Amino acid sequence: MTGNRSNDLMRKGGIAVALLLVFYLCLFWVETGWDAYKVRILNLSAIYIGITLGLNLCNGFAGQFSLGIAGFMAVGAYTTALLTMAPQTKSAVFFIDPLIWPLNSIQWGFLPALLMAGLVSGLVGFAVGAPAIRFRDDYLGITTLGFAEIIRVVFTNTRSITNGALGLKGIPPQTNLYWSWTFALICILVMVRLTNSSYGRALKAVRDDEVAAEAMGVNLFYHKCLAFVVSAMMAGVGGGLLGNLITTIDPNMFRFPLTFTVLMMAVLGGLGSITGSVIAATLVTVAMEVLRALEEPRVILGMFLPGIPGMRMVVFSIALMAVILFYPKGFMGDRELSLDSFRNLAARFRRRFLYKQV
Amino acid sequence: MTLEILMQNIANGITLGSLYALLAIGYTMVYGILRLINFAHGEIFMISTYFAFYGIAIFALPWQLSFVMAIALTALLGVVIERAAYRPLRDAPRISALISAIGVSFLMANLGLVIFGGRPKTFFRPQLFQIPIQLGRIRVVALFFIIPVLTVVLLAILNYIVYKTKIGLAMRAAQWDFDVARLMGVEVDRAISVTFAIGSALAAIGGIMWGLRFVEINPNMGLFPGLKCFIAAVFGGIGNIAGAVLGGFLLGFGEIMLVAFLPGLAGYRDAFAFVLLILMLLFRPTGLLGEKQRVRT
Repeated sequence: MTGNRSNDLMRKGGIAVALLLVFYLCLFWVETGWDAYKVRILNLSAIYIGITLGLNLCNGFAGQFSLGIAGFMAVGAYTTALLTMAPQTKSAVFFIDPLIWPLNSIQWGFLPALLMAGLVSGLVGFAVGAPAIRFRDDYLGITTLGFAEIIRVVFTNTRSITNGALGLKGIPPQTNLYWSWTFALICILVMVRLTNSSYGRALKAVRDDEVAAEAMGVNLFYHKCLAFVVSAMMAGVGGGLLGNLITTIDPNMFRFPLTFTVLMMAVLGGLGSITGSVIAATLVTVAMEVLRALEEPRVILGMFLPGIPGMRMVVFSIALMAVILFYPKGFMGDRELSLDSFRNLAARFRRRFLYKQV
Repeated sequence: MTLEILMQNIANGITLGSLYALLAIGYTMVYGILRLINFAHGEIFMISTYFAFYGIAIFALPWQLSFVMAIALTALLGVVIERAAYRPLRDAPRISALISAIGVSFLMANLGLVIFGGRPKTFFRPQLFQIPIQLGRIRVVALFFIIPVLTVVLLAILNYIVYKTKIGLAMRAAQWDFDVARLMGVEVDRAISVTFAIGSALAAIGGIMWGLRFVEINPNMGLFPGLKCFIAAVFGGIGNIAGAVLGGFLLGFGEIMLVAFLPGLAGYRDAFAFVLLILMLLFRPTGLLGEKQRVRT
């Protein structure tokens, strides 16, 4: 019996390794062969997958309605950027107020910088979450939104650390498909492992009924903080990857509309569904680029159509409204797409087919 | 600081406080009944300024008529938003309604961007509001008096509606207990529509005066005043109209005084409201004038 199981495990592990290999070969093919624009969209998709999963962990699985994602992304993006920029670039960028001492002379590798970004934003997430999770629903939302705004305002004003409203330029473009998709895969793995563990069940219990969960011995503070901190870490690392992808950041990038975009991805995919988040984050990122056509002037059939700035967000807002009003669970609800679900579907068809024949 | 500058700051504080108070009332009335942060309230406020602007600029209406039309249209808009985006979700989880509210807010801000264009517009300031008034050594324009006085008059009218009329009774009943009010034959839906109409009309008046005061209007102007006025409502005690007014005045006054007395912190002005909110929620979650929260889910 045990031998059987370990055989099964080894088989599954083998398949996983093979799939991973194929996946990374595909990434290699895309990275070397495709044009930069498509590669960039794929990078963005992967980053948004990770961040959306983080938001979904907090808002969907644990039911803690947080609107502070943009703040954590800002913390991560600034940490990574400041650690990876070359000292000469820093002294050129910080021409009004010089950068403070330890930061102005160091340059770290990308991986330690990203890990540091996760650590710092996790700490900030704890500092924000620990007092804020006493509130529920809308109050928690507005408090975390407030924290994100405070982070942004502080970043705008601490010029000797963040260069203020001028932002950082010349961040090394170190993000590539391997980094971003590895991040996405790790986020997916963390989410799958977390939600299928006792922690995940405790989080869902907290979401469904706080009082009952507490009565059953779930430590509310600990589990809410856990969701909050992991979510903030994912957002922080994602922000770091984003910063080193687009190479310039400034505090105004991290305003509420960014949180709105991520929230929209999570809601469209279904709050509480990992596969839903993955699908929706990819679709929305691609749609963001496709719908750019709406905002650019172009000539169709000899008619000149002026571009309409802002039209993309109108489309997305309508999509969000339509989903929340008519299909409140999103694409996936809280179900998951997995090999088993395909297998079940196939089995159902087969059964129906056989049944008819008999 | 000279006396003149101090007086000027006080005048600025009172004006901003009045505007915040007018907006905060809409938040507090809606939250009182529906337990919903009407995220779209700030955008309602923004659109009202454009209604007034286009009434004058395109339809060439006299400003009095344009302002009245803008207030009426905005009230209608508020009612329509409630019907379309909030009523279908009344029995859904609170998070759904909140997401819907955020969606409406973004939809309107971006529709504003598409329709009105992103470039700021200059609001028309009629002669009446520009009459200079001399008070000792201080000169201000009439607007600085009109805004607080109008706010007080509006509050008196609102007080009359809420406490002396039948629909006001229905509104208070719905706020006290939604389901029981419905069982007692109160037309709850109508009370909610009226609440949205009143809140939006007050937001429109606030918006028009905002336009008169700050002259420049743009499609993104709704978000921040909106959030701050919600905070003002929480600060005063959510669900309590007097509290919203007090919170609005204190927040507006506090912001101006912060910048006046501590110019070094001027950059942190936008964070002031949020710091206040967090401290308030941590130490006195019911707000300054809030009654004890009745447990209701």
